[in-house]
Amino acid sequence: MDKNEKILRLLEENAHYTHKNIADAMGMSEAEVTAIIEDYEKKGVILGYKALINWDKTSREYVSAIIEIKVQPIKGEGFTQVARQICAFPEVVSCYLMSGGFDLAVTLEGKSMKEVAMFVFEKLSVIEGVTGTATHFVLNKYKDKELIFEEQEKDDRQMMGL
Amino acid sequence: MNYDNILLGKVKDLKPSGIRRFFDLADSIEGCISLGVGEPDFKTPWHIRQAAMDSLQKGMTRYTSNAGLIELREEISRYMERRFGLKYDPKNQVLITVGGSEGIDAVIRSIIGPGDEVIIPEPSFVCYSPLTVLAGGTPVHLPTYEKDNFKIDPQVLKNAITPKTKLLILPYPNNPTGALMTAEDYAEISKVLLGTNIIVLADEIYAELCYNTDKPNSFASAPGMYDRTVIVNGFSKTYAMTGWRMGFVCGPKEILGCTLKIHQYGIMSAPTTSQYGAIEALKNGDEDIEEMKAHYNMRRKYLLDSFKSMGIPCFEPLGAFYVFPNVSKFAPSSEEFCTDFLNKQKVAVVPGNAFGETGEGFVRISYAYSMEHLRKAMDKLDKYINHNL
Repeated sequence: MDKNEKILRLLEENAHYTHKNIADAMGMSEAEVTAIIEDYEKKGVILGYKALINWDKTSREYVSAIIEIKVQPIKGEGFTQVARQICAFPEVVSCYLMSGGFDLAVTLEGKSMKEVAMFVFEKLSVIEGVTGTATHFVLNKYKDKELIFEEQEKDDRQMMGL
Repeated sequence: MNYDNILLGKVKDLKPSGIRRFFDLADSIEGCISLGVGEPDFKTPWHIRQAAMDSLQKGMTRYTSNAGLIELREEISRYMERRFGLKYDPKNQVLITVGGSEGIDAVIRSIIGPGDEVIIPEPSFVCYSPLTVLAGGTPVHLPTYEKDNFKIDPQVLKNAITPKTKLLILPYPNNPTGALMTAEDYAEISKVLLGTNIIVLADEIYAELCYNTDKPNSFASAPGMYDRTVIVNGFSKTYAMTGWRMGFVCGPKEILGCTLKIHQYGIMSAPTTSQYGAIEALKNGDEDIEEMKAHYNMRRKYLLDSFKSMGIPCFEPLGAFYVFPNVSKFAPSSEEFCTDFLNKQKVAVVPGNAFGETGEGFVRISYAYSMEHLRKAMDKLDKYINHNL
């Protein structure tokens, strides 16, 4: 891995690390790290800084679903135009072009299964070029963004190890 | 039964770790934030765990040869050359032990008997003196001081040597101080030892955790010292493998031959599953070391910056994962500082005197903790030191 990309890895691990923290870990100056991060932000390599939230532990009622979408590609455009239309919906959390038996994998969030189903039915399946959809509801999240969604582990290390 | 008449006096007289009482107190406090632990917070890298599981699935569950799997000894031999530029013959100069601890014990017992003196720097990890006493030897404490960044002063070492001195322990990078001895420092120590018959037990378990340099340093590389140095190292700190109990000893074949006999009769062979994990660590673990080291370095500097802004004096430790700040202006003794800080702010740090008299006035703070954990603890330390809370 490129040295500067190690900075990205650290930020991806914990966006709360300060530029000074990262500089200390990398053996660089704080100013160097700031310049590199600003450059990544400008170039759109770093797109933003968000909190990872386990909504299952809140009172928010929601469901997630993964939708497999088959698309008839448009000449000269491929899948891009359809994907762009799909991405414009705020309900869409992610949208990937896939190899294999279908074309786009879309993650959706909604208040209820009915709402998600209606969205697929009324908004996605009617987009020109979409030839089929298959909706899979998420039952439980075990791991997301490299984090395992279980009870926070307790530090069971002993002080005996002087 | 009157066990008192049966049990060996020198064992009965061994003091249980002086700070047990303090740890028990910390354990009893609900929500206590600990900075006391001496093992990595990281988990063993997955590929190492996977290699051990694979070995189990393949049914590799028998004893290995007494000295350990030859494949592992060959990897260690390559590692010692790659990282330290030191050559050890895997056939007779490398021994796999149950953690570094067994290595330390077996080497001391190979060399030390009644009447022999062992020079032990202070402050240091707590096992050297009891093991010396059990072997029948006499511990001679070699004080090190904050003014020297807790390095050994060659002149003080020279003064500690007597005709009975047989072994010098060199535990650097040091637990609890984090002190590091550089190649230049070791060259000075080697001058004192040349012309004597003193053997050196270099406990280099923290060797890879050194922060001013990319390459770790071994005493065996010091001029003329290879033939008198026995290195104890292991996987616990370097690869976050404490529970695997994997250590190794490298040194002159004449000494290792004796150490092997003690190991053979007392242990048979080190755990087989762990040995397969260790092979994987050495083959593919260099990046893991680098990544963990970067995190430790971030935390080390964060703590030093925090101490500075709070007005707590602390020399810059360049090794291991400990800082050793001087708290003498805040409390009459290390123990009183630790107890009061624990009671008021529910943070546990280890009193420096647990590691020897010259640790008095200091506390050991481990940074084998996440940045979030350390930030919380430093906020509390600031409240305690500067706001009388």
